[in-house]
Order: sequence, then C-alpha cells, then structure tokens
Amino acid sequence: MSGDHQTLALLLFSAFIALTLAITTWVSRNRRGSAEEFYAGGRLFSPMENGFAIAGDYMSAASFLGISGLIALYGYDGMLYSVGFLVAWLVVLLLVAELVRNCGRFTLADVVASRMSERPVRIAAGTSSVAVSVLYLVAQMVGAGSLVALLLGGTSEAARSWTVIGVGALMVIYVSLGGMRATTWIQIVKAVLLMAGAIAMTVLVLARFQGDFNQLLNSAAERSGHGKDFLSPGLKYGGNWTARLDFISLGLALVLGTAGLPHILSRFYTVPTARAARRSVVWSIGLIGSFYLMTIVLGFGAAAVVGSDAVRASNAAGNTAVPLLSLSLGGGAGSTGGTVLFAVVAAVAFATILAVVAGITLASSASVAHDLYASLKRRNSKQRSEVAVARVAAVGVGAAAIALGLLARDLNVAFLVGLAFAVAASANLPVLLYSLFWRNFTTRGAVWSVYGGLIPAVLLVVFSPVVTGSPEALFPGVDIHVFPLQNPGLVSIPLGFLAGWIGTLTSAEPPDAAKHAETEVRALTGAGAV
Amino acid sequence: MEKQEGRDAAGVRLDDPWYDALASGWGELDGTGAPAPVLPPQSVDRRSAGPCTADIYLEVQRSAAFQEVRGRYRGFVVPAALAFLTWYLAYVVAATTAPGLMARPVAGAVNVAMVAGLGQFLTTFLLTWAYARHARVRRDRAALDLRWAVFDQTRAQEQTKAQAEATAREQAGTQGMTRGNER
Repeated sequence: MSGDHQTLALLLFSAFIALTLAITTWVSRNRRGSAEEFYAGGRLFSPMENGFAIAGDYMSAASFLGISGLIALYGYDGMLYSVGFLVAWLVVLLLVAELVRNCGRFTLADVVASRMSERPVRIAAGTSSVAVSVLYLVAQMVGAGSLVALLLGGTSEAARSWTVIGVGALMVIYVSLGGMRATTWIQIVKAVLLMAGAIAMTVLVLARFQGDFNQLLNSAAERSGHGKDFLSPGLKYGGNWTARLDFISLGLALVLGTAGLPHILSRFYTVPTARAARRSVVWSIGLIGSFYLMTIVLGFGAAAVVGSDAVRASNAAGNTAVPLLSLSLGGGAGSTGGTVLFAVVAAVAFATILAVVAGITLASSASVAHDLYASLKRRNSKQRSEVAVARVAAVGVGAAAIALGLLARDLNVAFLVGLAFAVAASANLPVLLYSLFWRNFTTRGAVWSVYGGLIPAVLLVVFSPVVTGSPEALFPGVDIHVFPLQNPGLVSIPLGFLAGWIGTLTSAEPPDAAKHAETEVRALTGAGAV
Repeated sequence: MEKQEGRDAAGVRLDDPWYDALASGWGELDGTGAPAPVLPPQSVDRRSAGPCTADIYLEVQRSAAFQEVRGRYRGFVVPAALAFLTWYLAYVVAATTAPGLMARPVAGAVNVAMVAGLGQFLTTFLLTWAYARHARVRRDRAALDLRWAVFDQTRAQEQTKAQAEATAREQAGTQGMTRGNER
C-alpha cells in the first residue's frame, strides 16, 4: 500500500470525521436534555430514515469486509453468513419490532419490567444488555484497530493501539454530546456511503464479467484453487462433526440473536408508531438484503479478480479482500483509479466502524443509566440526572471498550461477533418472547430466563477451545476446555428458554392477569404507547 | 402522515410532568398526548378507586374486536415464523451434513446450494412483503380503532374520577351547602 493511498484515505477519513462532528454539533444546537431526546431522538424519525439507520447499525465492518473475505477464501461457506444475517430480520419483523415499539420506552428492560415486579427484572435485563453490548463493542474495536492499521499500512502495535483509542474517543464524543439524534444521522450517512460503495464495486465486478454471473462463478472457482468445491458448502465447516455442529450452533445464534441486540431494539423507539417501526424494518430488510447479495458478488469477484491466494497472503482472515479488489478494479496498484477506489473503500470501512460503535455505545449507556443506575441507586432520581448519568456512562463504556479492545486485540473478530449474537439469543430473546406472548409468565421466570441464558453462554465460552486448550486459543498455555464447540448457541439458547419456563412453573407468585391483558392490548393496538 | 402525527403528539408530550418519573408507567398515560395526571400516586389510588385502567384493558382484551385483531396477527405470524425457521434450519443442516446433494449442478456453474441460498434471500423478501401487506390491510385499521377505544375509556374514567374528587372536596369545604358549581 503506497503513500498515495494513505494520503487520500486519510483525507477521506478526516472529511468523514469532520462531517459527523458537524452533524453532532448541528443536531445538539438546541437540545433540551430530556431522556426522550437523548435515548430516542425525540421519536421523530420517519420510517425511511430509521430504516437506513437500522441498516447502518447492523451492517458492520465484519459484514462488509469479513463476509466478502470469507467468501473470497472459502467460497460458498462464507455465503452461509450472509443468509443467516438476513433471515434473522424476519424474527425481528414478525415477532418483535411492532410489539416492542408499543410496549417499551427506551430499553429492552422496559418491555419486560412493565409486566413484572420492576427492580429484579430491570437489573437482570440491564445486566445482560450491557454484557451483549460490551462483547459486540470489543469486537468492533478490535476490528477497527487491525483494519485501519492494515489499510493505512502501519501494522505496528502502536498504530493499532492509537486507532483503538482514537475510535473510542470519537464515539464517546458523538454519543455523549449528540445522543440518539446525532447517532441516527451518523448511521444514515454511513448507510448511504456503504450502499453507494457496495453498488459501485458490484457494478464494476459485473462489468468485468459482462454481467454474466455464471462466468464470474466459473472464474472464481478456477482461481480459488479448489475448483468446483469452491461453489458448494464444506470447505470451511465440512470437517469433522464438531465443526459441523459448531456451524449449526452459529447459524442458530445468528438467526435468533439479532432480535435480542440492544442497539437494534432501541432503534424502534425513534419512530412515532408501531406502524412506522414495521415500515422501518421493511426498509432495512430491503437495504440489508440487497447489501448482502452484493457482498456475495464482491466475495466471488475478489476470488475471481484478485485470486484467493493473493487475498490470503495479504490477510490470513481475508479481511482485505474488498480493498484489494477495489485496487484491481480501479486499474491496479499505482494507477489513479486504483488509488481513488481503494481510498474510498477504506474510508467507507472506517465510517462503518465508527457508526456501529457509536450505536452500541448509546444503547449500553441507556441500559446502564435507565435500567441499572435507576434501579440500584435512587428511586426518585430526576430525569435530568438520568440523562447526565447516561452521558457519563457513555464515557465509562467507551473507556472499558478501549481497555478491553487493547487487551483482546489478537482475538478473531468474527468469533467475538458470533459470541455476542449467541449471548443475545440466549439471554435477551427468551425473556422478550415470553413477556410478549406467554400469559402465565412471572417475575421469577423472567429473572431466571435472563440469567439462565447469560451464565451458561458465558461459562461455555470460558470452557471452550476458544479460550484454552487449542493453538489459536486466548491462553494457549492452559487447558481447561471441556466444551467442544466454539459457539455456545446450540446449548445456551435452549437453556435460556428452559430456565424461563421452569422459573415460571416453580414461581409462588400467581401470574398477573391484568398486567398480561395490558401488555397484550398495548402490544397489538398501540394503546397507551409513548 | 405518520411522522406529522408523531411530531404533534410528541410536542405535547415532551412537556408532560409524567416524563419525570422513572417507572415504565403503565396505565398512567393514554399515550396519544392527552394530559397525563399530574398527581404522582397513581398506584396508590389505583386499587381503591373502583374501576381502574387495568379493568379497561381486561375488558378490551375480552372484546370480540380485540380477539379478532389478535387472531389475525397470530394466524399469520405463527405459521409464517414456523415455516421460515424450518426452511432456514433445513438449509443450514443440509449445507453442513449433505454437501453432496448441495453440490449437484443445476445450470452452468450454479448448483443446488447456490439456488437454495438465493432462495433464502427471495423467501425473506417475499415474506416481508406479505407480512407488511397483511398487517396494513387486515390489522392496522382495527388496531387503531381499539387504540382510540382505550383512549376514550381512559379519559372518560379520569373525568369521572376528577369529578368525584371535586365533589368530595366541595362537600368537605362547604359543609354540605349548595352545590350549584357541580358539573
């Protein structure tokens, strides 16, 4: 990567940072400091705006660079990720989005706590939301560090550390000054940039093959070195039965985890009605679906144009496939076209990371201030002070994410994302679905289902080959691993549902029929929704 | 249209003193921007003051109109969710356990796996469209009517309560003198 790339890429990075800081200043010019405004952007966004923002929140650098990289290296097996990430949105659309919009105010805990005895439920749901957010945040920070350093050429430890610190500091500024309104606009800008970048690259790839998808696949298979195997499943996950079960576990976590991600749930509160929430999910499914279709073209395109070996030589995980593809499509290294296209792709990737990180930080600061702080500290705290706490919490979460991001910088990013999805699916989804749909659900059931999913998910990871007992593990020297799979979803998701069910059955407290009636009527009609 | 409605409503709502409270505040607010009760101790007089918001919700839940909306929602969502989850899990399991089947060529370089993967995209888009249409045509109108019904009942109840309180105050204040002020 020559100096020209870096200069231009840095210029575009700076332009994006300046633009987003300008947005932050502009939207917070006459803020009133209400919780409504800080957590939910005043609930004034249109379905289209929110649809773009949801897409922006969801399409992380892991999908833009990671999935196309996986496809470039392993062919069809990388495509399985795209499918899982998209199908997950049907769970959100059908079962969650509208009902959550009608029942809650700012966080996941609002929905559950309204039916139950508030304090224990709020603490449980707040804890799991923060846990999921921090895991996801660390994944993004680690990705940011390695990616930006890689794109800018400086792969030294210091460059990576400073990138992590810089990204963390920026997102704290966005979130604590601009709240949800600034974060949403940053997501929208980022989603537009990302879609534009992906469309441009896809058009160039298809133009290279005269619009013939068949020819693209054939060249990809040929240049991958795997022949026809490249186009069918099995290259990455086709090994022994442990690997296969591991993939099924990951697939389950992907499809069920999205509906439990706190930063996705909090997006539904930024629109005025449940109907608007539904329409924003329809927008985002359109955007996300077409984006993942394009990543498939880009992935096979990278294999066909750049070649799998060249991709692997640049980055063993395949993360640089799309930047390398942009360089080739623009006319090769050293050409003006290549330089410009490469810098644009690098800037888009950077924008993606910043925006996703800001969205998660906001969601976790809402959980800390609205759920944990409010239940644990002062029952009668004023609204002003809650927002102040949220701003401080954003700084705290940012600092924690920077520290963990520096510690965990050698962990695999895709693994961390898969883990965050697994924890979200085990701890957040069961309690959410039970409270929305089960008449006899009780407080004990709610608390048990949160901890019954959260604790096994975390423990199974600690005792998995990811942490100890394999050459690539976090602590390769120790071996305490007893659980064979890398992703805990296959076991911990059913456990979360089971714990909620048992907790409810053994509960001494009778279910509150009136509260259930209220939940059901509110969820389906929007009566009394804020 | 929705946006406009939301903007107006939120403009009113932001000034509500209710927003100072932390609790999720069920049953305290009608949600469409009508003034929320300024008195905080909702939960105190809620149980004692005869018919309360909870009764309204129980009554609406039992009503035929609500059962109809719920039936339509569940009638679509439950089969649809089961169908797409089964289809997705079948796809993942087939991809991991039956690579031979998935590698069978269909046309040119396109094989069964590719068709199945793109089929997942297609079914997701189709189901999204079908759900949005179903909700718009079969559910939205009825749900909005119910929302207004709850709103009207809540307001009527609040007025009755306020009236009763005013009467009681008056009686206490004037020692049972003339009650010409009563509405």
